[in-house]
Amino acid sequence: MREKRIKLSPQLRTDLTGYAFLLPNFLGCLLFTFIPVLCSLVFSFTDWDYTKGLGNWNFNGLTNYIEMWTDDWFLASLKNTLVYTAAVVPVTICLALVLSVIIDKYCLAKLPVRLAMLMPHLSSMVAISIVWVMMYSSFGPITQLVRWFGVEDVPKWLADYTWAMPAVILMMIWSKVGYAIMIYTSAIQGLPTELYEAADIDGASEIAKFFKLTVPFLSPTTFYLLITNIISSFQVFASIQIMTGGGPGNSTSVLVYYIYRSAFGYYKMGYASAMAWILFVMIFTVTLIQWRGQKRWVGY
Amino acid sequence: MSSKRIMTKMKQKLGRDYGLRIFFTLVMVLIALTMTIPIAWMLSASMKQAMDVTKLPIKWIPEYFYPDNYVEVWNIGGKARHDYHFGLAYFNSLKIAVICMVGAVLTSSMTGYAFAKIKFRGREAVFLFYLATMMIPSQITIIPKFVMFDALGMIGSHKTLILPGIFTITGTFLMRQCFTQIPDEIRESAKVDGASEFRIWASVMVPMAKSSMASLAIMVFLWTWNDYLNPLVFLPNWRLQTIPLALTSFIEEAGTQYHLMMAAAASALIPMFVVFIAGQKYLVKGITSGAVKG
Repeated sequence: MREKRIKLSPQLRTDLTGYAFLLPNFLGCLLFTFIPVLCSLVFSFTDWDYTKGLGNWNFNGLTNYIEMWTDDWFLASLKNTLVYTAAVVPVTICLALVLSVIIDKYCLAKLPVRLAMLMPHLSSMVAISIVWVMMYSSFGPITQLVRWFGVEDVPKWLADYTWAMPAVILMMIWSKVGYAIMIYTSAIQGLPTELYEAADIDGASEIAKFFKLTVPFLSPTTFYLLITNIISSFQVFASIQIMTGGGPGNSTSVLVYYIYRSAFGYYKMGYASAMAWILFVMIFTVTLIQWRGQKRWVGY
Repeated sequence: MSSKRIMTKMKQKLGRDYGLRIFFTLVMVLIALTMTIPIAWMLSASMKQAMDVTKLPIKWIPEYFYPDNYVEVWNIGGKARHDYHFGLAYFNSLKIAVICMVGAVLTSSMTGYAFAKIKFRGREAVFLFYLATMMIPSQITIIPKFVMFDALGMIGSHKTLILPGIFTITGTFLMRQCFTQIPDEIRESAKVDGASEFRIWASVMVPMAKSSMASLAIMVFLWTWNDYLNPLVFLPNWRLQTIPLALTSFIEEAGTQYHLMMAAAASALIPMFVVFIAGQKYLVKGITSGAVKG
């Protein structure tokens, strides 16, 4: 039996236990997320070159934030990030919606089909990027397929200024669609069956049911997938770094790739931090839209 | 309408759907197969001899299987190279992923429990703080983290991956959601029996949250295993490399030895295949409970 020296009020005891439970995770969160974010904000207002050593920097106000708009590589990276997002996200979501509805309604071996489509999402991005580099090579299946369709002059996908980005986009849609299918599937299983029965009695066609019932009912899920996919598309890095290295030229350079190069290739920590904050603002804006939209779209 | 007529109508409908079912099953299986082509191609090329990989037309099933590629990649029985070791990288990756997995499941289930069940003052405010930090992309923290680790002399140590890796905000949310669904009465009755909060968490709540914890464990393992940017920045020493890094340096070294590259890539995907076969149930649960990579 332990003797209690100090008598604590019940509420205070609860408070202490609560914070004791939080402590490990909270410390980690503070140390590895919150404090670094503040540091990065401070860095972004300096001209810090890492080779000059810690603390050896000058504050230069908004110079980084102004100069980046005259930096061709930054502008190209920003543009490429947006193009990439605008292509990958809608195609992935539409494809996943149609596929998941068809699988759920008609397919016989549902789970194996879904799992086969999910496989790329769980694979190491590095490993599948390497595989896709081979897929796009002159002896790879994609080049062979295009040649089989009668195209004589097959482009050198990843080494071609115009085709490199579409090639990366195709690969990323491939890797993302399975995840969206899983999310849609769990939402489809919660759809109200009565409405579909009522529609059946009214003699509604499958197409009409899809557009008039399924699509509106799945709109919260679509919205969720839209937001999470936009955010993850803003952060694309590994596939770009391995498949193209931002090239040819700067045709596939994206924001995170350029931030990485500026920080750890050229050691321009101040400038890279400022660009990272631009990325943060982009993601923050999308998240704000999500918080507002959630209230309107989703009933919780 | 008589019941007989309804029956025949249902049968007709089923019959018509049956054709559709077979048709769509075939189409979907075809799409699923197309989607697995890159992985199939990788496996096939990894079993071929160097000259057969580039040979056209593509032979999907090698004429004869050539597992020596794997032996060479793993450097089994051979002389170790001076700056590269796939087996060592595999061990590093496993070590980091397992430690992060155990740590993350532990800390997030504690924090998730506190957020869900303990009514301490300031809970909402702290939770809001968590919500806010969740949307911070890891790319924005990587520069200050690098500076911090470098100042502490930790660059080139696995601690740089393990320490941040055992705290996951996404995991906290997942566990909070799980504990919220467990009724309060269970906790109350354990309290009446005189159990401390820690006892309740450890011996009542954790066993009830087992399947969510398993899902989280699988997700954390795969995230850590697949992570590329963090090791790329924090681990300059080849002896400490993780698998994704070993793969990229292997490409640089192997040049055009595609058969070896594919064997290396296939080896890197083994944990994923294991999860697919052994942990399917938890995997699907982990993915659909909104566990977004983070």
